Amino acid sequence: MKKFSELINKLLLTSSRNRKIDILSNYFQNTSDPDRGYTLAILTNELELRNIPISRIKEIVFENVDNELFTLSYDYVGDLAETISLIWPHKELGSLLGISEIIDVLRNLKRDDVNKTIKNYLSIANETERWALIKLISGGLRIGVSSRLAKTALAKFSNKKLDDIEKIWHGIEAPYYNLFNWLCNEGPIPKIDLLKTFNPMMLANPISKNDFKTLISSQFIAEWKWDGIRVQIILGKNSVKIFSRTGDDISQSFPEIKNSVDSMVILDGELLVGRDFIPMNFNSLQQRLNRKKVTQKHMDEFPAFIKLYDILYLNNEDLRDKTWKSRRFELEKWFKKNNNNYFDLSNVIKFSSWDELSNFKKNKIIDYQHEGLMIKKIDGSYIPGRPKGYWYKWKKDPKNVDAVLMYAIRGHGKRSSYYSDFTFGLWNGNQLSPIGKAYFGFDDNELKVLDKFVRNNTIKKFGPVREVEKTFVIEIAFDAVNESNRHKSGVALRFPRIKRLREDKPASEVIQLSQFKSEFL
Amino acid sequence: MKWIDKNLHIKPINTHIDPYKPVENAIITHGHADHAKPGHKNVLATSETIEIMKIRYGENCAENFQILPTNQSLKINDVSIKFFPAGHILGSVQVLTEYKGEKINFTGDYKTTSDQTCKDFEPVKCHTLVTEATFGLPVFQHPNENEEIKKLLKSVNLFSERPHLVGVYALGKAQRVINLLRQQGYDKEIFIHGSLEKLCEYYQNKYIDLGKITKVNLTKKKDYNGEIILAPPSALKNIWSRKFEDPIICQASGWMSIKQRAKQSLVELPLIISDHADWNELTKYIKFTDAENVYVTHGREEAIVHWCKMNNINGLALSLSGRDDEEQL
Repeated sequence: MKKFSELINKLLLTSSRNRKIDILSNYFQNTSDPDRGYTLAILTNELELRNIPISRIKEIVFENVDNELFTLSYDYVGDLAETISLIWPHKELGSLLGISEIIDVLRNLKRDDVNKTIKNYLSIANETERWALIKLISGGLRIGVSSRLAKTALAKFSNKKLDDIEKIWHGIEAPYYNLFNWLCNEGPIPKIDLLKTFNPMMLANPISKNDFKTLISSQFIAEWKWDGIRVQIILGKNSVKIFSRTGDDISQSFPEIKNSVDSMVILDGELLVGRDFIPMNFNSLQQRLNRKKVTQKHMDEFPAFIKLYDILYLNNEDLRDKTWKSRRFELEKWFKKNNNNYFDLSNVIKFSSWDELSNFKKNKIIDYQHEGLMIKKIDGSYIPGRPKGYWYKWKKDPKNVDAVLMYAIRGHGKRSSYYSDFTFGLWNGNQLSPIGKAYFGFDDNELKVLDKFVRNNTIKKFGPVREVEKTFVIEIAFDAVNESNRHKSGVALRFPRIKRLREDKPASEVIQLSQFKSEFL
Repeated sequence: MKWIDKNLHIKPINTHIDPYKPVENAIITHGHADHAKPGHKNVLATSETIEIMKIRYGENCAENFQILPTNQSLKINDVSIKFFPAGHILGSVQVLTEYKGEKINFTGDYKTTSDQTCKDFEPVKCHTLVTEATFGLPVFQHPNENEEIKKLLKSVNLFSERPHLVGVYALGKAQRVINLLRQQGYDKEIFIHGSLEKLCEYYQNKYIDLGKITKVNLTKKKDYNGEIILAPPSALKNIWSRKFEDPIICQASGWMSIKQRAKQSLVELPLIISDHADWNELTKYIKFTDAENVYVTHGREEAIVHWCKMNNINGLALSLSGRDDEEQL
């Protein structure tokens, strides 16, 4: 545990990306199996210790630390693992097992032994080991190392191609013996089961003003960016797998998407709900997401379908290295043979200049159906990740509203000492009604201004929440508004962010909620 | 607390302790800028604190100065005043006041662990304790400072091709870090930012061993690789620090125990060296004093007040404004 905890501590405190890659690459080089494999799994968020919920850890802490003192400390530190590691009052002699052995013990812990074992571990660990142990149990390290960065380090230490690692990644499991064998040239590249494995998707970059000057419009086509969720569909003989963009298997939430083909195919598309391939709004789609059990009523009310964008595999042929144009040809061919009521083809929009496309976007966009446009290079292959120069997203213009800052709480992670999560609202009569929360969009200087305002203008504290004087106006940008019966105000903003501080505007000039609803809903 | 008020004003003798704004009569506990302000008419303090004020603000930063050495009583009207070492920085004291048989002790800033750059803290009993609580949360349990200095030396050894830039507060922390390095046998020249020069010189005049220290001269081409350079934290964030080649940014502060804090300030090597009492020191001292009332001047007052309640002591937060609370302590 010592080696692992020192590794993640060092990674946390290192800000240079290259240096982080060096640290990790050295670690993989100098650590044996299965320790390095488990570390890799933790860094890439692939390891879950489901048998020990974090609430259990809190329970153990509260048996040893005053509840109120813990709450005040957690509010101040802003990171649960760190708070526990610093506040833990017992120190005993002993040393922790290695990372692999610990994982093994934790996985096989009997319910009744959890408290005793964890308490002992917390007491014999040093402060950094305690921190690492709780991070391990809670998952989500928040140390500024993305899954991509960890794989980049793998590529560096082994001199293998990052793309090759990405392609097999979702078909292999911790502690990755076969992966490391291959990386160390002691074995072949791991074979993966294509029918079960998510393939990393190709993603788009936002298009900038400058891009319109440099990109040649005749080399691109456009498609609507539908406002659903991006999915990968793997159809095999008698099997259907639907994966979200991040590789989560969401097949069981959408049983109406069936397999009607004999061949094996991997498709890329947008999951939507609606009838006759006319999408309903995102709110309706949300009724279908994250449901373990799907009822017929749900399926009747919100039938799911998929707008197909792309094809990656057909009958064991990898099409990803082919151009978009030839993939599209294959997709259309496949689609003609597989007509049904849950697959639809995304239309290709042709244009002869960026201005023409801009006009098309302005005139034809349907607010609740489209997020904007996708622009794709005609001769580009399907490259996992977010490669530059191939796919662009051209989002619709954000909407803006001025609102009054109402509540703030401290941020987490690197913002732990700043008040950086803000709730804002509009007038409802002479009372303010909260309409949303935002915790990004501002730069470091604006954050300092907001933090200072909160500290100097707090009128009430509710645990970690500070209610502030209703005098500070902030301009909020957001993508859409949905009706919501979960929120008191009756509205929910999508993707709200703080666009500007309006220190010049008096709170009294902020609009009424009713006016907001009639304007945007 | 009928004879003193929330602003630490001793009413019978019209005297303030560490006042934020200029006043007629001020008692100054120590020379840090958030406690010692210029512009008072009469200042009562230790000779070191007065000298430090004069170095920082000029000879005439108050109209009259009166020295009161530690452990000596001074009686003004019916109020007696006695200074006890606070162990915070050179010249720092607690102020024990007594009026009509009631003893109130103002701790100023303090730490109870030993420090070769100032007099060791002396505990004193009182009826009412007015205490700081900079690190008044149980997450603050400072490690041994020598172990922290060893971390720095280990890193200097390991990365001898990189300069180590250590962020330190100019008064107290800088000199203590240098002194701790010397105690660990580090006898190489130590480099300092120009703003630390006068105060280091002052400490050396007080026979505190700092060894050979040299002001950084960036106009001359010099190789600082493998060297230790001390500078105020603000200098580590501005252009000055960019003149060093690939430095390892370190910071010596009690806040460094929180990793996310260190990360925020882009500190690669945090050194948990504090000149304030940690949670255990604070609570141990409150118990020792037998005080019935505890007033918390600044810091994480809520937790200390809550702890007092748990221990059947009257606790109250004063939330004094103007204390340089979360900066580089």
